[in-house]
Amino acid sequence: MMRIPKLIDSIDFCLMSPEDTRKLSVTKIIAADTYDEDGYPIERGLMDTRLGVVDPGLRCRTCGARAGECPGHFGHIELTRPVIHVGYVETIYGCLRATCRNKKCGKILLSEQKLEEFRKQIEDAIKERRKWWEISTQIVRSAAAVEKCPHCGEKQLTIKFEKPTTFIEGKNRLTPSDVRERLENIKEEDLPLLGIDPKVAKPEWMVLTALPVPPVTVRPSITLESGVRSEDDLTHKLVDIIRINQRLAENIEAGAPHLIVEDLWELLQYHVTTYFDNGVSGIPPARHRSGRVLRTLAQRLRGKEGRFRGNLSGKRVDFSARTVVSPDPNISINEIGVPEYVARTLTIPVRVTEHNIEELRNVVRRGTDIYPGSNNVISSEGKRYDLRYADREELANKLEPGFIVERHLKDGDIVLFNRQPSLHRMSIMAHEVRVLPGRTFRLSLSVCPPYNADFDGDEMNVHVPQSEEAQAEASILMRVQEQILSPRFGGPIIGGIQDHITGAYLLTRKGTLLTREQAQQLLASVGKFFDLPKPAKRERGVEYWTGKQIFSMLLPKKLNITFKAKICKNCARCKEEECEIDAYVVIRDGQLQSGVVDARSYKALDRCEILDRIVKDYGTTVAREFLDDVTKLSIAAAVMFGFTTSIDDEDIPPEAKERISEVIEDAKDRVSKLIEVYNAGELEPLPGRSLRETLEMRIMEVLAESRDTAGSIAEKYLGLDNHAVIMARTGARGSMLNLTQMAACVGQQSVRGERLSRGYRKRTLPHYKHEDLGAEARGFISSSYKDGLNPLEFFFHAMGGREGLVDTAVRTAQSGYMQRRLINALQDLRVEYDGTVRDDRGAIIQFKYGEDGVDPARSDNGKAVNVEKIIERVIGG
Amino acid sequence: MVGVSPDTIKTEVSKLEGEVPESVVHELRGALLRVSKERAITREQIEQIIEGVKQAYTSAIVEPGEAVGTIAAQSIGEPGTQMTLRTFHYAGVAELNVTLGLPRLIEIIDARKTPSAALMTIYLKEKFAKSKEKAREFAHKIELTTVEDVALQTETDLINMVFIITLDRSRMQRKELTPSKIASTIKDTLNTDVGIDGYKLRIKPSTTTLSELRKLATRVRALPLRGVKGITRVVVKMEDDEYVVHTEGSNFLEILSMPEVDQTRTVTNNIHEIEEVLGIEAARNAIVNEAVKTLEEQGLNVDLRHIMLVADMMCASGEVRQVGRHGVSGEKASVLARASFEITTKHLLDACIHGESDKLDGIIENVIAGQPIPLGTGSVELVMRRGGEGGTK
Repeated sequence: MMRIPKLIDSIDFCLMSPEDTRKLSVTKIIAADTYDEDGYPIERGLMDTRLGVVDPGLRCRTCGARAGECPGHFGHIELTRPVIHVGYVETIYGCLRATCRNKKCGKILLSEQKLEEFRKQIEDAIKERRKWWEISTQIVRSAAAVEKCPHCGEKQLTIKFEKPTTFIEGKNRLTPSDVRERLENIKEEDLPLLGIDPKVAKPEWMVLTALPVPPVTVRPSITLESGVRSEDDLTHKLVDIIRINQRLAENIEAGAPHLIVEDLWELLQYHVTTYFDNGVSGIPPARHRSGRVLRTLAQRLRGKEGRFRGNLSGKRVDFSARTVVSPDPNISINEIGVPEYVARTLTIPVRVTEHNIEELRNVVRRGTDIYPGSNNVISSEGKRYDLRYADREELANKLEPGFIVERHLKDGDIVLFNRQPSLHRMSIMAHEVRVLPGRTFRLSLSVCPPYNADFDGDEMNVHVPQSEEAQAEASILMRVQEQILSPRFGGPIIGGIQDHITGAYLLTRKGTLLTREQAQQLLASVGKFFDLPKPAKRERGVEYWTGKQIFSMLLPKKLNITFKAKICKNCARCKEEECEIDAYVVIRDGQLQSGVVDARSYKALDRCEILDRIVKDYGTTVAREFLDDVTKLSIAAAVMFGFTTSIDDEDIPPEAKERISEVIEDAKDRVSKLIEVYNAGELEPLPGRSLRETLEMRIMEVLAESRDTAGSIAEKYLGLDNHAVIMARTGARGSMLNLTQMAACVGQQSVRGERLSRGYRKRTLPHYKHEDLGAEARGFISSSYKDGLNPLEFFFHAMGGREGLVDTAVRTAQSGYMQRRLINALQDLRVEYDGTVRDDRGAIIQFKYGEDGVDPARSDNGKAVNVEKIIERVIGG
Repeated sequence: MVGVSPDTIKTEVSKLEGEVPESVVHELRGALLRVSKERAITREQIEQIIEGVKQAYTSAIVEPGEAVGTIAAQSIGEPGTQMTLRTFHYAGVAELNVTLGLPRLIEIIDARKTPSAALMTIYLKEKFAKSKEKAREFAHKIELTTVEDVALQTETDLINMVFIITLDRSRMQRKELTPSKIASTIKDTLNTDVGIDGYKLRIKPSTTTLSELRKLATRVRALPLRGVKGITRVVVKMEDDEYVVHTEGSNFLEILSMPEVDQTRTVTNNIHEIEEVLGIEAARNAIVNEAVKTLEEQGLNVDLRHIMLVADMMCASGEVRQVGRHGVSGEKASVLARASFEITTKHLLDACIHGESDKLDGIIENVIAGQPIPLGTGSVELVMRRGGEGGTK
C-alpha cells in the first residue's frame, strides 16, 4: 500500500521561553569535553548519547534508534548569568527606549489617549491581515523622544546602544540582568504596541537564561583518514560557552572581585553572540585554532550556499547523470542519445504484472552488466535485492506480480534534459531515450538554441522521472515538440540552424536541377519513402526535378503562405514572383512555387514563417516531423552540392582594393580638415554640446560612413555565388558586416562608445604626437582582417576586444541577479479558473491575464487571433 | 454572387463582442469591410469566419493554474544576457544622452526614484507646435539658466573680499537677461550687496570671512536665473509635422502646468514623477512603455503580456514598489519565501517576535517543505471513485 504522505499545512513561528528550552531538553550539559580517552562520549558532555548518535554501532539513549534513524534530541546549558540574544538587540533597544525607566511603572512613554489610538490601528491592521507590527516602529520612535513619563512623571535618561550587545543608560552600563528586569516590567497589554505578539513571545525571553544545545546530528564530528577526530564548528563554540560559563560560576562562588565577574560575563556574552552569528559588526569574528573563521548558526542559513538557498530551495537528487554533449544530425529533436554506460546506471522502477513477468525475468537474469538488464529488485514485502550480489537466476524465478524491478533505461523512456544556466523553461525539456554507443549525450542540432548549447565541451544533465505520473506529465507537458513555440514571443525557438539554412537554400534556389538518382538520393536521406512527382524538365531523354519540387514533398498538404525571404533586398517596388533573386516565397497547396527557403522560413528565433505556420495549423507532431525531415534533407543537399568557405571567399579584385583605399584616404583627409577647422575655432557646435564633443561626433560620422562605403564597394564583388555570402545573406551564419570587415576595412575601434583616447598622456600610444586627434591615432583600422592589421592597429583592436569581454562578464552577473529578483517577485502568480491572475494570498494582480486572457505561447506572435489568416482560409487567397 | 452589405458585416461581427477581446472584434470588422470592397462575401462565409475566430480565440486562452508569473520573469530575464551595457546616444536626437539596455531595464524594475538620465518629450499645443519660433521661445523659457551659464569669467577678489562675475554679452542676449536683472535676483535670493559695473557684478558677502566668501561663490554660480528646475538641456526637433521639445532633466509637474504644453501627450521617463502627478494607473502604463521601449530598442522580442504582468505586480499595492527586497519580495506574506530570498536570519527572527504563521500557500515554501507546489498540475487534485459506486472518498 502506498502511504498517504503527511502534508504540512502551516508553520507557526514563536519565541522559546527558558522553560520551553528546559522542557525540550533531554539533559543538562555541564562537561566541556566531548569524548574520553577511549573515544566514548562523555556523560553530560556535548556528545552525550542521549542527544542522538552519529557513529555507527551506537544506540541513542533517548529513543533507542541507531545512527541514521534517530533524528537527534536537544540538550541545554544553564547560563550562570543571563545573556542577550544578538538577533534581538534592535528589538530590545526599541523596548528599552520606549518604556518608562521606573521599575514600578514600565509603561510606554505615550499618553493613554495616544496609546489607545495606536491600539485601534493595530487591531484594524490585524483584522485586515496587514503587517500590524510595522506600526510599532512609529510608536518606538515617538516614545523614545519623550523625556518625562506621562504616567508616573519619572525623568527618562537616554539609553545608548553600542554594537553589538551593550546598552548604556546615562553613564551606567546596563547588564543583561538589568535589561531582563526592565523587559519583565513591560505590561502585557503594551506588547503589541512594541511589535511583540504576547501569545507567542515575552520580551524577557530575548535575554537568554538557558541555551538549547542542538543534537549531535546537527553538528556531526568527522574522523579524518589519520584517525584524528575533527569537531564541527558549533561544537567548538559550545565548548567555549560551557567553559566560560563554568568559570563564571566558580568565580562567583569563590566571591571573586566584581571586575573579574564582569569580564567573564562579557566573555560569555561574546561567545553566545558569535555562536548565534559570527558575522555581527562591532566584534572580531570567532576563529578556529587554525585561524579560520568559524561557521556558526546564522552563517549556516545565510547566502547562496546556506541552508535556505543551498539545501532547501534546491536539492541534490538521485537518478541523474551528467556528461559532455555532442551533436547527432540523425536523431529526432524529441530524442536524446544516451551512452550505454549511463543507461546501465540509471534505472526505472517497473511493477511486475502478469503481462510483463517473462520479460522482466529476462531483465533480472541479465543483471547489472549486460545491457538491457536491471540493478535492483524489490519484493512485495519491500525487501531490496541488489543484483550485483544476489543470485539472479533464483531471484528471476521468485519474481511474481507485485515485485518491482529497477530496470535499465531503454529506448523510448522519458528523461528530462537540462543545461545550465536554466534561464527559461526551455532549459529543461523531456526527451525520449535512444541508447547509443559512445560516452556522450547526443542531441539534435535543432534543439541547440533553446538550451543555448554548443559542442565546445558543454556538459548537460539528465534526470529520470521515476513514477508513472511524473513520466506522463513530462511527456505531455515538457516534450521538446511541445516547446517549439517560445512563450516569450509566441514564435518558434526550435528550428533550423546554420547548415540547415544553407542546405535548404542550395536546394531550393533557381536553377537547381536534379536527376532521378540525385532526387532519390536526397529523399532517401530523410528515411521515408516518397513517390517522385512529374519531372519538371525533360532534356535529351533525361528527366530533371527542381529542388523546389523535392522540398515541397516535405510540406504538409494544403499549406498556403506568401512571404519575403531573408535574402530580399527590400526593393522599392516588389516584383513579387518575378523577383530576380527569387526572394518572394509562394507556397500553394503545399507546393513551393517560387522563392527560396532560407532563415525566414525555418530558422530558430527568426521570423520562421513556414515552421511557425505548421506548428500553429497542423500541430506539434507534424511540425516535429517536418523539422526532423527538413534538416536531414538540407544537410544531404549541402553534402551533395558541396559547401565550404575559405579565405579566398574574401578575395576582391585589385581595382576594388584601390577604390576602397581611396575612400579611406579621403575620409582621413576629411577628418584632418575637421580637426583644422576645430583648431582654428571655426567649428559650429551642435546645440547643447561642447566643441570637442561636436568634433568627435563629426569625426565618428565621417569614419563610419567611409567604412560603410568601403564595405559596399566590396559587397559589389561578393555575389551569391560566394559561399560566405550565401551564409550571410540567407541568415545561416555571419553577417555582411563580418565579411566586409574581412575583405575591405575593419573600421573604428571604440571603448565606451567613444574613439580610443586613453593610454599615454594626451595620446593613445607613444607613436603619435600629443593631442593627435587624427583617424589612425584614435583607433581607426583601415586594413582588412584578410590583409592583416599592423602592430598599432592590432593593439587598438585588442583594446576594443577587451572591452567586449569585460562587458559580457559584468552583464551575466547583473542580468542573473535581475532575473533572480524577477522570479522571486513573480513566482507565486498563477491564473485562476475565473481568468484572474492572483498571488499566494489570493490578491488579484490582473483581472484578466494580459488583458485578453491569451497565452503568449499560443498566440500568433503576440496577437490573440490571426484574423487575416482565417479570412484567407475561408474565402481563399 | 452578391455579397452581404457592410451593415450586415457590422451587425454580425458585433455579435462576437463580449466573447472575444475588443481588439480582435475591431480588427475583424476592419478586415472584413476592407475585403468586402474588393470581393463579395457571402453570409455563409461570414459565419464561417466568425466561427473560426471564436475557435481560434478559445484555443489560445491560458489554462488555469498556468505559472504566468514565472514565465513572465523568465521572458524578461532571459534576453537580459543579450543586452548591451553601454549608454548610447539617442537614435532620434543625437544631442541627448539616454540610458539604454540592461542598466535601464534594471532601473525600471528597481523603481529608482530618479533615473540616471531623466528625459522629457514635450508636445506643444497646436498654436506653438507648428511654429519654429514659438517652439524655440518655449524651449528657452524652460531651460534652466544659472549664473554660471551666462558668466564669461568668475573670480574671488581676496583683497577686497568680493566675488566678481564678468557676464557674457552674447549669451545674455540670447537668454534675454540684463546685468541689472541678474543683480536683483542675486540680491533678492542671497541677501547680499551687489554692485553693477557694466557687465561686471561685484558681490559682497555679509560677513568678511574667507570661508563665507567661498560658500557664497558656489551659491551664486549655481543660482537659477530663469527656466524650470531640473531641466538642464533643451532640444527642439521637427517630428511628424510639428515641433517637439526634448529635454534632459525632468520636472513633470511644472511642465504640465504650463499653458503651451499639450498635457495629453507630454511624457517623462521618470516613473515616480508620473506616479505623483498622474497616479498609479499612469505609472503602471509608464513602466510598461519604458520597458517595451528599452527591449525594442535592443531588438528583443518580448510579448507585451509579460511586461504588463511585471508592471501590474509592481503597482498592485497602490504605489510603485521595487522588484526586490525593499518592495515586492520583501512584502510577501510567507516568512520562508522572504527568508529564502535575502536577509535570511532577520526575517526568521522577526517572524518569531511577531508570532507569524506561514500558511504555505506560495511556491518556495512548498519546495522547502518538499511538497507539491500549487501551480499547474500541482494546483489540482484528482479523487478516484472506485468501482463506479460513487465511493466514499
